Amino acid sequence: MAAVTSVGETPAPAAASRPSGMHTRRRRRLKVFRYVVFTVFGLFFLLPLLAMARFSLEGAKLGTWSGTAWKQIASYQGEGVPPLLSSIEITLELAVITCVVTLALLVPTMIWVRLRVQWLSRTMEFLSLLPLTIPAIVLVVGLGPIYNRIQHYSLSALMLFWVYVILALPYAYRALAAGLGAIDVKTLSEAARSLGASWFTVMVRVISPNMRQGILNALLLTWSLVLGEFTIAFLLLYNNLSVELYSISRNTPNAGVIFSTSTAALLFAFVLLLILSYAGRTRRGRG
Amino acid sequence: MAVAATTEAGARPARAGRRLSAPSWVGTVPFLAYVAVFLLWPTGIVVVDSLKNPAGGWAFANITKLGDPLVRGYFIGSFKLCLLSSVFGAVLGAILAYAIASGDPDGPMRRLYLAVSGVLAQFGGVTLAFAFLVLIGPVGLLFHASWFYSFPWGITVIYTYFQIPLMVLVFLPAIDGVKVQWREASENLGASAWQYWRYVGGPLLMPAFLGGALLLFANALSAFATIAAWENQIAYIVPQQISTALSSEVGLSNVNVADLLALGMIILVAVVMTGYALLQRRAARWLR
Repeated sequence: MAAVTSVGETPAPAAASRPSGMHTRRRRRLKVFRYVVFTVFGLFFLLPLLAMARFSLEGAKLGTWSGTAWKQIASYQGEGVPPLLSSIEITLELAVITCVVTLALLVPTMIWVRLRVQWLSRTMEFLSLLPLTIPAIVLVVGLGPIYNRIQHYSLSALMLFWVYVILALPYAYRALAAGLGAIDVKTLSEAARSLGASWFTVMVRVISPNMRQGILNALLLTWSLVLGEFTIAFLLLYNNLSVELYSISRNTPNAGVIFSTSTAALLFAFVLLLILSYAGRTRRGRG
Repeated sequence: MAVAATTEAGARPARAGRRLSAPSWVGTVPFLAYVAVFLLWPTGIVVVDSLKNPAGGWAFANITKLGDPLVRGYFIGSFKLCLLSSVFGAVLGAILAYAIASGDPDGPMRRLYLAVSGVLAQFGGVTLAFAFLVLIGPVGLLFHASWFYSFPWGITVIYTYFQIPLMVLVFLPAIDGVKVQWREASENLGASAWQYWRYVGGPLLMPAFLGGALLLFANALSAFATIAAWENQIAYIVPQQISTALSSEVGLSNVNVADLLALGMIILVAVVMTGYALLQRRAARWLR
């Protein structure tokens, strides 16, 4: 088999894992192709972010450096909008609530469907992926009346989490389904049940820890979705971080603070990603 | 003893359910209820309201208003932007996915690009528009693109930024699924690299590629935040016009414009996503 592969001109993807048998010229050409592609795309992805970071450090005169915009994050107060800090706070709280509710809604239901009500699994998948096909802006049009009703009780922007859970559903569902698919749920639960565990124990202490990576991925996706959400908050007239940045940019074009806040939010997301992938990997190594 | 317990609790879960004296599907009620209230109900409201006149009676003729030149204009704008950004996103994303797949499956490049794609595919929104504004906009640090505020080219470049990573995520499994043996078989039969791609690899990957492109199309269709931050005066695409209609009551007479535009979007996305599902099924026949 290896001898046959060595005749290959273009290596098929899997062949790359044993490059020794590959034609040298072909291999070099592929290597060049890969590095060119990685460099070009890397620049395309990186440059806008670097530009934003650089602009956030721009001084009063073009080309100078200053940390003013970063210091402003804590104190910025635009005209006619609530303080920047309060909207950051709201957004973080929303992210936490949405993550908790999404997991609490999805994880037990998915395990339960997998174990006891298999015939509902197609329906559940369909419903979970449905929000991908219903644009957020359409959802807002329909939600208007519902939220008007809720607003009678004059509740805070935190009420947005009800919809955010729906937005996060497809992403969280897929991440969790991948995690659930990788373990033998039935055997685990039968073993636990035969040892006298309650269904609660089965879910919380037996199955959930085994799908840690899936849960972490779901959390990360939900988290980044809520941090960047704009459409629904904007149209339901709530002030989250994105809406706040948008309002500031309209009142004060090119205000340094919007770039420093954006950069900070992005750095935050990347750090979180690193932490989560690290946490997931060490866990998996130990288990 | 232990064996008996296994049979009791494990092999006959139905009995445990009966003991609770509730059918086991009851466990899914919270989820179903949540989805019904916050997803199905709002969508139903949109559909029903768009087909009613202000007096509350049915008016199915409303649907013909989707053909109104003004309304059609927004749909054409949406179509242009989605087509351009999904074609660029799909082609470039496929190239990047191939470069990733042809490397070490556990290599750092694959890990890095997959993680970055996961973040950037979600990185639409106002922040992205700001980032491009300071890169190539009027205050651009790299250069000042005269076409930055032109529709659809300026915004297409910005959209491509989140379309490429999404394509990588969608298309990579398909490329990974191409088996070495197919390649070897065609080479044994004397096929050149071009012939392999033309007659074997290309046709195999085509459904997955087209499916990915359709998903990108739907993704661009529903995006609103980026374009809102890019240009907030002129409405080019449907979501912008929905936003305008929601915040002002001026619009087509007798029709709830926002509802009607939203209905048009539902129909459009449903068509696109059905095509996506069909192509995915076609792709799954060979891959895996």
